[in-house]
Amino acid sequence: MATTEGATGSVARTIRKAAKGSSKSVGASHAGALTPYLFMAPYLILFAIFVLAPLVSALWISLHNWDYLLPGKPFTGLDNYTDLFSGTGTAGLFWQSMSATAQFTLYSVPPLVLLPLGVAIVLNQKIPGQKVFRAIYFAPYVLGVAVVGILWRYLLDPSVGLINYYLGRIGFSGDLPWTNGLPWAWIGLVGATVWWTLGFNTIIYLAGLQGIPRDLYEAARVDGANNWQAFRNVTLPQLRPVILFVTTVTILASANVFGQSYLITQGAPGGDTRTAIMYITDEGLGRFRMGSAAAMSIILAAALAIIGALNFRFLGKGDDY
Amino acid sequence: MAQAVASPRRGGGTPGSSKLVRYLSYAALLVLTAVYVAPFVWMVITSFKTNPETTASVPTWIPQPFSTEGYDAIRDPALDTPVLKWFANSVIAAVFHTLLVLATASTAAYALARLEFRAKKFIFGLIVATLFIPPIIFLIPNYLIVDTFGWIDSLMAVIIPTAATAFGVFFMRQFFITLPDELEEAALLDGANHWHIFSRIIMPLSKPALATLAILSFLTNWNDFLWPLFVLVENRTLPPGLAVLQSANTTDYAIIMAGGVIASIPVLILFILAQRYVIEGVARSGLKG
Repeated sequence: MATTEGATGSVARTIRKAAKGSSKSVGASHAGALTPYLFMAPYLILFAIFVLAPLVSALWISLHNWDYLLPGKPFTGLDNYTDLFSGTGTAGLFWQSMSATAQFTLYSVPPLVLLPLGVAIVLNQKIPGQKVFRAIYFAPYVLGVAVVGILWRYLLDPSVGLINYYLGRIGFSGDLPWTNGLPWAWIGLVGATVWWTLGFNTIIYLAGLQGIPRDLYEAARVDGANNWQAFRNVTLPQLRPVILFVTTVTILASANVFGQSYLITQGAPGGDTRTAIMYITDEGLGRFRMGSAAAMSIILAAALAIIGALNFRFLGKGDDY
Repeated sequence: MAQAVASPRRGGGTPGSSKLVRYLSYAALLVLTAVYVAPFVWMVITSFKTNPETTASVPTWIPQPFSTEGYDAIRDPALDTPVLKWFANSVIAAVFHTLLVLATASTAAYALARLEFRAKKFIFGLIVATLFIPPIIFLIPNYLIVDTFGWIDSLMAVIIPTAATAFGVFFMRQFFITLPDELEEAALLDGANHWHIFSRIIMPLSKPALATLAILSFLTNWNDFLWPLFVLVENRTLPPGLAVLQSANTTDYAIIMAGGVIASIPVLILFILAQRYVIEGVARSGLKG
């Protein structure tokens, strides 16, 4: 509610202002034609060099046999792409890493979308200490993936880690291979990621919940709705744009997973948890085969774009976006 | 605020939650709190152990003996894990990166929010569109660009290129358009130029937004892992440094956790002091996204 209105409201305001500005020409009459560009110049220079130029050159590089260490970088057309799609050479390892990324995304998105929703709903009951809980759950997010990675590498260590020790104490086997065996490595990576980013999604949900008008709940209660019915008929539909946003952002973040695998499993066992970005960085910045690495990053980006679009199609269906 | 008002309005919570539901909720939140606090505490405790104790078959929650071995080791200049130098690099990079973002994003956003010119919609659209491009696309080309500038292994590589992100411009513009038009109308009548309006009227009114952007930029830069891992070779910042620390001390967890504590302290302090800005920044980016 507040969410969609906030966004559309600001767009409407901008348009109204633009219309008003052109009739009264507040800015234009007093500012020289160059003024806006002088204000934007410092940013636009950075933007052109580090955003626009790389965008074009990623495509360009991917059409070459671009080995950083060799003087010649011959144009090879679409060879880098066809090699990957026909499975030539090391293409199998790339697709293994794409599959690992897909698996991580599949396993991590449901808990990262649902658990924070539950936490936000519980917190939104105006529980005493709400802000303290919110801050505690968010705290790991400010640490960054490097600290989270080395900490969880230790906690998940199969022989000296705290997790296996306490699992052993409560009667489980106590030597589960969290860092180098399947499916345990996936569970460990997803667990560490949930611990790291649960608070981020919780805050977005909480803001969304607080934007739901109270009279809707009043009305539902007058109609005799119980808690569950109020949740189904008021909370969920009202929260739909926020859920869509959280789901999309989480899918994209999970598909970009790198640090957790790099620090916790190092891709073990046998490259099964080596993610696409790990493989692309190995190929491009480890072995310096930048042409094929650029092609891989474009394939990954295209896959993400398709997933993002499908997600909007599917979850946004029937909405007035 | 709303909590001060007596009960009938339920303060926006889920309707009719019974006492039992409240107690159960509270219990669940406390369990979750333990799950969140314990790893932090474990990291700090471990950092004050001797290395053998960190791999003891029965873990200890009180160091026996209390030891600063881990911290001594990372201060040792003879080792190739100079954590204090990495720390200094991280501070320098994050501070200068943040200043660069504030300066470039706020000036560009001022033009896009409050000046009229022909290409405005096109430029703003172009900038915002790049927010949706997966960042992996930029990695290889930007490595080559930074290499051309001779910035490999220089802090320039982690200060400047990441300041080109569209987020800051978008964020500041969304704030600037909420300020009333009358501000510059009056100032323009008094003969002020746009630089005066920007620097003396708009910027002072935008302190909360600037603070939020500053903190988010600082945190992002401080925590950035992938990019510095590849563009910094010896002259590292803390996150890639921690990866080196981990692989150089495989099972010397006191040293590794001491590095983790050192990397966490500044951002945790910043978070505690500026919690409101961090959380509002995240909530707002969600709502506006």
